[in-house]
Amino acid sequence: MKLPAFEYLRARSPEEAWQLHSEVEGDAVYLSGGHSVVPSMALRLQAPSRLIDISGIADLHGIAVQGEVLRIGAMTRHAEVMDNPLVARHAPLLALAAPHVAHPAIRNRGTLGGNLALADPASEFPAAVLALRAKIEIMGPEGRRHVPADDFFLDLYETALAPGEILAAVHVPLPPADRVFAFDEIARRRGDYAMVGVAAQADLEEGVVVDASIALFSVGFTPVRATAAQAALIGAPLSPESLARAQASLAEDLDPPDDPGFPAPRRLQLARVLLGRVLNRMETRP
Amino acid sequence: MTLHIGQPQRRENARRHLAGRGRFVSDLALPRMLHAVFVRSPMAKGRILGIDIEAASLCPGVVRIFTAADLNPRCQPWVGTLDHFAGMQSPPMNILAEESVLWTGHPVAMILARSRAEAEDAADRVLVDIEDAEPVTGGVPVLQPGAARANDAADSNLCYEALLQTPDVDRAFAGAAHVVEAGFTFGRHTAVTLEPRAVVADYDPSSGALTVHQGTQTPYQFQDVYARHFGLPEGKVRVIAPDVGGSFGMKLHVYNEEMGAVAASLILGRPVRYVADRLESFVSDIHARDHDVYGRMAVAADGTILAMEIDDLTRIGAVSAYPRTSAAEGNQVIRLMGAPYRMADYRGKLSVAFQNKVQTSQYRAVGHPIACAVTEALVERAAEATGCDSFEIRARNLIADDAYPHVSATGYQFEKLSHQACLARLRGMMDPGALRAEQAALRARGIYRGFGIASFVEITNPGATFYGVGGARISAQDGAVVRMLPSGDIHCAISVTEQGQGTETIIAQVVADQLGVVPERVSVTTGDTATTPSGGATWACRGAGIGGETALRAGRQLRDRILTLAGALVQTDPATLRLAGGAVVDAATGAPRIALEEIGRIATYRPDTLPDGIDHSLTVAHHFAPGGYPFDFTNGIQGSLVEVDVETGLVTLLKHWVVEDCGRIINPLLVDEQIRGGVVQGLGPAFFEECQYDADGQLTNGSLADYLVPMAVEMPDIKIAHIETPTQDTILGAKGVGEAGTAAAGAAAMNAVNDALRPFGACLTQTPMTPLRILDALDAARQERTAP
Ligand SMILES: Cc1cc2nc3c(=O)[nH]c(=O)nc-3n(C[C@H](O)[C@H](O)[C@H](O)COP(=O)(O)OP(=O)(O)OC[C@H]3O[C@@H](n4cnc5c(N)ncnc54)[C@H](O)[C@@H]3O)c2cc1C
Repeated sequence: MKLPAFEYLRARSPEEAWQLHSEVEGDAVYLSGGHSVVPSMALRLQAPSRLIDISGIADLHGIAVQGEVLRIGAMTRHAEVMDNPLVARHAPLLALAAPHVAHPAIRNRGTLGGNLALADPASEFPAAVLALRAKIEIMGPEGRRHVPADDFFLDLYETALAPGEILAAVHVPLPPADRVFAFDEIARRRGDYAMVGVAAQADLEEGVVVDASIALFSVGFTPVRATAAQAALIGAPLSPESLARAQASLAEDLDPPDDPGFPAPRRLQLARVLLGRVLNRMETRP
Repeated sequence: MTLHIGQPQRRENARRHLAGRGRFVSDLALPRMLHAVFVRSPMAKGRILGIDIEAASLCPGVVRIFTAADLNPRCQPWVGTLDHFAGMQSPPMNILAEESVLWTGHPVAMILARSRAEAEDAADRVLVDIEDAEPVTGGVPVLQPGAARANDAADSNLCYEALLQTPDVDRAFAGAAHVVEAGFTFGRHTAVTLEPRAVVADYDPSSGALTVHQGTQTPYQFQDVYARHFGLPEGKVRVIAPDVGGSFGMKLHVYNEEMGAVAASLILGRPVRYVADRLESFVSDIHARDHDVYGRMAVAADGTILAMEIDDLTRIGAVSAYPRTSAAEGNQVIRLMGAPYRMADYRGKLSVAFQNKVQTSQYRAVGHPIACAVTEALVERAAEATGCDSFEIRARNLIADDAYPHVSATGYQFEKLSHQACLARLRGMMDPGALRAEQAALRARGIYRGFGIASFVEITNPGATFYGVGGARISAQDGAVVRMLPSGDIHCAISVTEQGQGTETIIAQVVADQLGVVPERVSVTTGDTATTPSGGATWACRGAGIGGETALRAGRQLRDRILTLAGALVQTDPATLRLAGGAVVDAATGAPRIALEEIGRIATYRPDTLPDGIDHSLTVAHHFAPGGYPFDFTNGIQGSLVEVDVETGLVTLLKHWVVEDCGRIINPLLVDEQIRGGVVQGLGPAFFEECQYDADGQLTNGSLADYLVPMAVEMPDIKIAHIETPTQDTILGAKGVGEAGTAAAGAAAMNAVNDALRPFGACLTQTPMTPLRILDALDAARQERTAP
């Protein structure tokens, strides 16, 4: 478990990062927290010839309200996602998700941008940004673009990032004060990747659900928006009946992989149980 | 005189380890040292057609690449059988696979390079051409005639079988009011020591001396193995085990990699280092358990247990482990069944089968958790059948505390145990009445809690009947050299070893009390065959019971020497003197007569002033072999309280209780930590740990990302109490405690889970009890109820 030889370079600007990246076409990898890249190199699952450290790029840092959105820089560490008051206030699903991501040592180094760019389907943050209806800010030599989370996670470890592009930030629309949220996962040990997880938010008017956004993780190749379950909630109060309808419609939303160790029907069953529990626990932010 | 024996002394080396001052084999860097990496078989079974090392040889830093043809001849193959396991077969094993690969991970080539990273780079470039063959991976009836063989060098897949029975067992079953039965499956797991296996083999051609620095628990055993298998005089082989980061039985087996490091060092005349990385540990460290057990229990109408019948099929690797065999586990399974109970009749059948997976062999609590889980699950069924509760049925059947000596139905001799006292104590701690009331109240709210208990015996202080009689060169005795330094400080070199359990600390406590000094004045050396006497070291719970007794007796001999010398110096009858407070004192009044340092000074620097003919040597050596009973059995009982989430199958371990009797307690702090660690290593495989293989014999979860070790957050609070029944076989009276926690934790937890699931009629008989298995059991029970 030793890393194969590689070159380590530090980029001070996006331009420099792109330049360093393009020099070794297809053989360079950006390095943020390194907590996915480095283990995978040690396991020799990956052997890039060049690691480009992008943690020094100023644009990737910082958490701030900008007009109608909260911008969270890609270099924000998991630990900061967990503790930052602006995140707690405006992107509570991320704050609720963070304590489930690994353990303190990893949260101190792992970054939100690295986590989203990796797009592990068992990861908590991708589902949280999906449920938050966030946009992903991407910068590349061709310019800057903002991709809705729904269009960002394409397949297993595959995102809308083109080779060389850098994930710069997450833009979370500022929520109304009475929006309700909940997040939970089923994991055998605290800190493990989940067997299944749910991030949900909803807006109610006079007790009736007018909008719902639900994302599940560890249920397929990407985080999955539960469109049918969302629809099942709209137009009624959150009640045992509407929850049951949402749980029932999950079968339309999910097509989990069938693994002999974890058959698809079981995963669907656990997703239903968890969805029920999460919807039962929806609260306005603290 | 017991001032320090019985005191909660902190572990001496813990401070050093916390300060980062540990010295492990992995810390060792010798001049000209090479790093070894093994190229391993990617398949579970196959025939090697060719190995192309050319590209790899050209990689930077590579010094040598060995394949079987140039490495194996340096080492005599090893065979994992013992004579007392009659009829046992196991083909010989070589360092590198010759024609056949036998498991995924079987080493086929060895690369030596300047650094581990360079060796790994080269390993990627070795091309191994293997013709795939259908592996034997269990599941299928591997023992049927004509079944494909896991190892073509064996006659069949049957490594060993045994049958143990009393003459009246069939009659007991025929006359029983109830017969309860069940089939059980116990998964494979592995040790996952903090420090992986590590070795630096250093052969010096100029002196012909081989020094092996090895993270092992049994240095003397390896000294003997290396001498014999490499044709070296034993006196030229030195094995040094410095700090060792956990062993749990896993580090006393002979492995291809360590033998490879020694062979390579002998050939190259340079130090060779091999440190298993975590991925290699999973495919080369021994695995444990892997049993299918069918059990029946005959019970009288009043709940009296009459007999048990057991059929254990355990699947090992493609060869049996060396030098202790892979049959000892199953042998102990069938012998420990029903051991806490008065039950008169028994039949136990054992089949040990080869398959194409990593070898299984001895791991903490060899056989105990299997025997305990099966027995205790059947006892629960017997309780249900006869309308007893869990405590009542055990009170009725556990051997009475005044009924010793006792011989179990399987032939084990018990000197004196305290089952009934432990049961009563546990009842007091758990308060089952309150737990039942709480259970009922919570069930009404859809919360399912359950509790379970499990009695056990543990085999400790084994004598030579364990391995020695089978021809194994494994020492049952231990030795100590205790000496007084000129300053009056004491040094003890002893053959029992330290892997973090605190052996050195308790030895210092024992020696201190014999010599009337504080333990801080006793330094202890372990783990080096050149500086300590030969002995068994660490296996099967012997550090306290055998090592402690050895130290005690050596200490007393030194005490007598010192008193004789003191008697001459102060011109008093030595019989009126004793040692206390670092001095020789008057035995009656305690008045100081002469300080130890004064004796040390005179004996060392001014022996000329001593009376003629007096023996002034202040060093004694003593060896002790356990006599009397073949083993000192210990006993105890454990309780577990769990909550099962019946919608997700997740189990929360709420609480765990242990009442244990390990005889004389030398250090309550270390005893309790042994029990706690043991319990966690019992709960791990009960709920989390499992080496999962697919049908092709691939280990599918061989990393710490996928193999779940129990973590602190998931573990319950563990409450411990003690009953002390010292053995009369020794002066010290200590028995072992290292395996007690592991022996019954899983059994108690399985009973607890099944108690929680009782309203659903669901029952778990397979470990680990994963969420999916719990959901499956619930579904099966539901289907059974709705079936016409
Ligand atoms: C023991 C352990 C347990 C873990 N458990 C969990 C868990 O329970 N849940 C969970 O979600 N995660 C878990 N992780 C993963 C952890 O969250 C990672 O740190 C994270 O997924 C990746 O973030 P990073 O900053 O370390 O990225 P890196 O490892 O630096 O990079 C990851 C990938 O993203 C690319 N990348 C990084 N930053 C950018 C960027 N700004 N723009 C474009 N590409 C970029 C890299 O090139 C690389 O391909 C665990 C990790 C470990 C080691």
